[in-house]
Amino acid sequence: MSAGLDDIDKAIINGLQGGFPLSEEPFAEAGMRLGLDEDDLIARIQKMLDDGALTRFGPMYHAEKLGGGLSLAAMKVPEADFDAVAEKVNAHPEVAHNYARDHAFNMWFVLATGAPGRIEQVIAAIEEETGLKVYNMPKIEEFYIGLSFGA
Amino acid sequence: MELTGELTGADRRLVTAMGPGLPLCRRPFREIGARAGLSEKNVITALKRMLEAGIISRLGVVVRHHELGYKANAMVVWDIADEDVDQIGERFKTFDFITLCYRRKRRPPQWPYNLFSMIHGRERQAVLAQVDELARACGLEDAPREILFSGRRFKQRGAVYNSGGAL
Repeated sequence: MSAGLDDIDKAIINGLQGGFPLSEEPFAEAGMRLGLDEDDLIARIQKMLDDGALTRFGPMYHAEKLGGGLSLAAMKVPEADFDAVAEKVNAHPEVAHNYARDHAFNMWFVLATGAPGRIEQVIAAIEEETGLKVYNMPKIEEFYIGLSFGA
Repeated sequence: MELTGELTGADRRLVTAMGPGLPLCRRPFREIGARAGLSEKNVITALKRMLEAGIISRLGVVVRHHELGYKANAMVVWDIADEDVDQIGERFKTFDFITLCYRRKRRPPQWPYNLFSMIHGRERQAVLAQVDELARACGLEDAPREILFSGRRFKQRGAVYNSGGAL
């Protein structure tokens, strides 16, 4: 558990991972549900952003419906080169996140691009810059996206 | 990133104006509207429509799960016969510990797996027990599978879109 999150912060996280009100004073409305004053709610969200408990506050887009491209890609990176390769990969703004995993395929990143065809271009650029093969694993079917977390 | 989807010009300006997030002030939609050249009311209407259409999957706080104690982040991958994968995928999503489930392209011979399921847990042992439970319940004890726990995270942010210009 992250240090510094009290029960009210947890209630905000559990109550606001979706369903932010679409009204003129949404923080006041959301605050009402949580028993919080709007300024207090705003200040707490700001603090959790500053402390790194939250990455963002706002919309999560469905990349394909937005007209963009989205894919998961993996690389087998020699351990000694790992940080240098990560730096080159992450320098691309299309790389939305990147995780090391304990496997021969040890680097896994998500590519999100404005145009679907751009995925292949970014992959080609990464292969060129790193000299390593990038294994693109595009989605064929989505069964479930329920990514939300209880605090 | 330039957007090419079926969005109106106003939608595109709105997506750009929101950038990675909403402003933290009492009237955030008025503020966004001022940036996008839209009225507060039109911003709210457009956002409702984009949520209903699933263009925006949700609006709210996005957590850094590691900091919430979800340190055992496992990508569990399975090699499932193509004719069975839909049924298994549908079955997987009924397990509440599964946070994401996709069918993806195999990359044989290096990567034979086609079903990807994510489990975000607080402890590694608990996640391993959940994978066993899943395999047993779905009759997949003998299906080839691997569990890839995450190590270091190098980058975590949402995609940032803008409507203007090529990159």
